[in-house]
Amino acid sequence: MRIAHQLTVENDGIADTATLARGILRADVIREICLHLEPYQAGEKPITGETVIAKDLTIDSLAIMDMVMELEDRFDVSIPMSVIAEIHTVDQLADTIQDLRASRG
Amino acid sequence: MGLFDRHAGLLEAYRDVRTTGLDPFQIRMERVLSPTEAIINGKPTLLVGTNNYFGLTFDPSCMEAAIEAIRAEGTGTTGSRIANGSYTEHVALEQEIAQFYGKKHCMVFTTGYQANLGVISTLADQGDFLLIDADSHASIYDACKMTRAEVVRFKHNDPSSLEARLRRLGDKPGNRVVVLEGIYSMLGDSAPLKEFIDVCKKYGAYVLVDEAHSLGALGDNGRGLCEAVGVLDDCHFIVGTFSKTLGAIGGYCVSDDPDFDILRVTVRSYMFTASLPPSIVASVRQALRVVKAKPELRKQLWENVSTLYDGLKEQGFTLGPEHGPVVGVHLPDRMTAIGFWRAMLEAGIYVNVAVPPATPNGVSLLRCSLCAVHTSEQLEHMVEVMTGIGRQMGVLPPPKLRAVSGR
Repeated sequence: MRIAHQLTVENDGIADTATLARGILRADVIREICLHLEPYQAGEKPITGETVIAKDLTIDSLAIMDMVMELEDRFDVSIPMSVIAEIHTVDQLADTIQDLRASRG
Repeated sequence: MGLFDRHAGLLEAYRDVRTTGLDPFQIRMERVLSPTEAIINGKPTLLVGTNNYFGLTFDPSCMEAAIEAIRAEGTGTTGSRIANGSYTEHVALEQEIAQFYGKKHCMVFTTGYQANLGVISTLADQGDFLLIDADSHASIYDACKMTRAEVVRFKHNDPSSLEARLRRLGDKPGNRVVVLEGIYSMLGDSAPLKEFIDVCKKYGAYVLVDEAHSLGALGDNGRGLCEAVGVLDDCHFIVGTFSKTLGAIGGYCVSDDPDFDILRVTVRSYMFTASLPPSIVASVRQALRVVKAKPELRKQLWENVSTLYDGLKEQGFTLGPEHGPVVGVHLPDRMTAIGFWRAMLEAGIYVNVAVPPATPNGVSLLRCSLCAVHTSEQLEHMVEVMTGIGRQMGVLPPPKLRAVSGR
């Protein structure tokens, strides 16, 4: 009982810390991505997680890759070009950055 | 969806270009008169956009060698090296280029594009890491599409950006192959090669340097940037082209790696295309002799670079970051660049226009490439013409009028 309780607490603790870390990071990542995409905003439509980067904005493929390079250094991850090619939305880009950060040794 | 619908954006941009006047991407040289002159639209035109750095396309000894080779061995090989065999001269050319670099091995390709495409995509394969400069040539990017290696770009000419990416790989297994260029083809800037080599050594990465635009131009013997900064031995692979300084077409790769020759049966762009025709092989061999025998051509080239670069700079043009055989002139946008290009052609001067997506950072450029046999008069005239057009188009401020004072 006590062990179970401790376990629960421990698990909660771990989960909480992880969520916290992920949460802060995710907000950071999204904010940073939006900052880089702002100059390419088309019209009044706000940039959100669902924004399709290459379609909803006025950014070209080369500028996307350059932006990714900036994000790589900001978050200390490297995103292979084949992975960039599969990313469409702001959310997907944020997920990729978070996953890469999580899988770092 | 129509086959060309996906190009709608490009078609629209291109329509703007085509409906407003001469199309810079379909210019016709009615007759080429010399390395620096051609008839375009019925008019003698100064050529300052041909990558003909030493002006060897009309070198009498190179022309003779090509003509003799056609008489002796015919116009073409009609097949690949692995199917139809190598001619003695293919092998001789490879030996001469290997010797030129002091490397053990050389492979010759039918174009420089194919050399990069085949070598880079073969050297780094599944489980490896290919690290390329953000401003790499299209042939390098295309090689990246063909490889199964993980490809990561680093910031242009930024060794610390490369280092960060090598560091992040940690102790992951797999070869690291770093691709650099001696001189970058759009802005004419050189790589900080020594610093890059230091980073590559620290992380045990292989280095491939493309000397397409630096062959002849850099180094005491014209071997390129690797020679100029003294790192020939640290460059595992050097790639180059015959289509610029050597005035023909073709590509090569040299290396000291003992197993290099395995590439002859693994690199598809070498295996499955016809080999260089005898005339090209002969003119290239002779051009290489000329490069070795006439270092003064290099000196003339750089004097011409100074005349054009310094002349344009003084007039207020925004240029690439340093002197180079390519001088990139920044213009505010695509249509200004095209208008400027047309005005220059009207005035009898041909350069290249380079617009996104072919340019780094979305810049629009007039891309000028110099030739050792341009005269200083030709280039001073060009500066004058460009200054006039620049003022006419509002790219340059109006001339400062000298204050006339009666007092």
